Amino acid sequence: MQALYAQLLVGLINGSFYALLSLGLAVIFGMLNIINFAHGALYMMGAFVAYFLLNLGGINYWWALIIAPVIVGIFGMILERTMLQWLAGLDHLYGLLLTFGIALIVQGVFQNYFGSSGLPYSIPDQLKGGVNLGFMFLPIYRGWVVIFSLVVCLATWFLIEKTQLGAYLRAATENPTLVRAFGINVPRMITLTYGLGVGLAALAGVLSAPINQVRPLMGADLIIVVFAVVVIGGMGSIMGSIITGFALGVIEGLTKFFYPEASNTVVFVLMVVVLLVKPTGLTGRAA
Amino acid sequence: MKNTISALLLGTAMALSAVGVASADDKVVKIGVLSDQSGLYADLAGPGSTLAAQMAIEDSGLKAKGWTIDLISGDHQNKPDIGTTIARQWFDVDKVDTIVDVPNSGVALAVNNVVKEKNGVYINSGAATSDLTNAQCTPNTVHWTYDTYMLAHATGQALVKAGGDTWFFLTADYAFGAALERDTTAVITANGGKVVGGVKHPLNTADFSSFLLQAQASKAKIIGLANAGGDTTNSIKQAAEFGIVKGGQKLAALLLFLTDVKAIGLETAQGLNFTETFYWDLNDNTRAFSKRFAEKMKNGAPPTMVQAGVYAGLLHYFKALEALGGNPHDGAKVVAKMKTIPTDDPLFGKGEVEANGRVTHDAYLFEVKKPSESKGPWDFYKLVGTVPGNQAFTPLDKSTCALLKK
Repeated sequence: MQALYAQLLVGLINGSFYALLSLGLAVIFGMLNIINFAHGALYMMGAFVAYFLLNLGGINYWWALIIAPVIVGIFGMILERTMLQWLAGLDHLYGLLLTFGIALIVQGVFQNYFGSSGLPYSIPDQLKGGVNLGFMFLPIYRGWVVIFSLVVCLATWFLIEKTQLGAYLRAATENPTLVRAFGINVPRMITLTYGLGVGLAALAGVLSAPINQVRPLMGADLIIVVFAVVVIGGMGSIMGSIITGFALGVIEGLTKFFYPEASNTVVFVLMVVVLLVKPTGLTGRAA
Repeated sequence: MKNTISALLLGTAMALSAVGVASADDKVVKIGVLSDQSGLYADLAGPGSTLAAQMAIEDSGLKAKGWTIDLISGDHQNKPDIGTTIARQWFDVDKVDTIVDVPNSGVALAVNNVVKEKNGVYINSGAATSDLTNAQCTPNTVHWTYDTYMLAHATGQALVKAGGDTWFFLTADYAFGAALERDTTAVITANGGKVVGGVKHPLNTADFSSFLLQAQASKAKIIGLANAGGDTTNSIKQAAEFGIVKGGQKLAALLLFLTDVKAIGLETAQGLNFTETFYWDLNDNTRAFSKRFAEKMKNGAPPTMVQAGVYAGLLHYFKALEALGGNPHDGAKVVAKMKTIPTDDPLFGKGEVEANGRVTHDAYLFEVKKPSESKGPWDFYKLVGTVPGNQAFTPLDKSTCALLKK
């Protein structure tokens, strides 16, 4: 029983990353109608920027949590302005192919210069060590990841669903022409939204840098699972992606305990089941 | 008309030259480096193995003696089906004579069968499974550098004798992990130890925390990592996070490469004990080679033991070719020749290719240095012991290779 608690907690930790990443994907898909396959590469860039900030600039983890998402977010906005905006109104497939190509290029460039085995990034001193919870030894850093990402996820949800700015955003996706008639700069809002989604990916990258290796393929390995999470939760649903992210982390964690060999596949099995039973995803509305 | 005649003449000339190559003393040979070029084993083999092969061709001096040696490389992506497809295409279409490297035991065993079927030469340096020179041995295969038997005996035995008599395994769920766990378990039980549990994890896993918690709960004295590359580095890093070593359990990285230590960082990796057969800073020869190698690597990395094995294996292969004098396309014949010549190269020293295809050379027990002891960007290892070549690998009387039963 004790082991089970521990596995649940570990699942929540992984779920935090799924939630942060799938949230960014959901925001981008919901507002821009783009299936952002470059998300994994941008997550990886977040981790690399944190590494460079530390090793070249001497800038610590805490600043990296702010600076890396901004830098990668700006990179994302440049992508949106120079390439993605021309695909507005076209079939999803075009956006998917373009972002997939971008992902391959970015990963290839990083792999060329930094190899595949990764670079070390250590846990900040303030979060080193752990606490004994009785049923498990919880590294403080992992606890921090869960709480921090939960806060970020909820803040993003609040921003989009409950504020004036979020209302504009949602209106702009619903009917861009009308919103423009009210004097709102819709293209700029879309660029900023893409920047926000990308920034969330980069933030997840910084969070994961001390746990996993800073590797060029760290995003490619994760993105497929995250897409499955988004599909299960329902494309474009903000709260759905957050809840499914955490839930699937837990389910995966339990699989690792009961039948480890299947831990890589369980998410996809679930995806198949959900698609068969409810093709719009658990929280998605029919289009 | 004039054009037609000149075209005909050109065609004839080309045909003649083609015939010329084939009928002369046949000294044309083609080598394929089949590796993981972009996945989790790409740094320990990959492009560095191709570079090592190029250096072996240059250093052999065979080109000056009238040989033509071509080199191609391929990416098996850690998938046996892709590996065998490339191998078949190389033999059938590209007329490759020899395949080298091939990390990932699953792919290596699959390619092993293709090479035998096509009667090529197979110099494996990257894969660990000892099956290559036991149950799956062929007259076409030479296994350089290391194998699971050697890793299990060198590292496993040392740890059990030092008091680590209960083990829990984290095993990569494919041919390599299974072989390494099997061979290590044999050593543990033979020395009076016990395996109390284990988990099989999928290849290329990012998060090991679930598995590590199970290992922690098992209370085993030693947590044996029967995995490699990125899986090992993630296991070690996350074990430190969960306070496993501080809690009194010891990690046994059964297979650890130089590039893994670099990726983990000395801060976390210090004190790990493991076995390798090559390290760049062993002696003057290894240092000289590694310096030349690192200058040509994009990230300035010295060679790993796998890359060193590609170099040494090819050098020995070229010696056999030279002894044969030409006509290098009968793979079994070339490998038979390789077995008659004692191995002697600057990186692995003296040894021999045994009848089952196993190459014997010394193995070294290393310990990872403390950050304060390291004097340079790749100064990672302290030598703590040497296992002589004739004791490091499967003794011939215990090998299950069918070639030995003639």
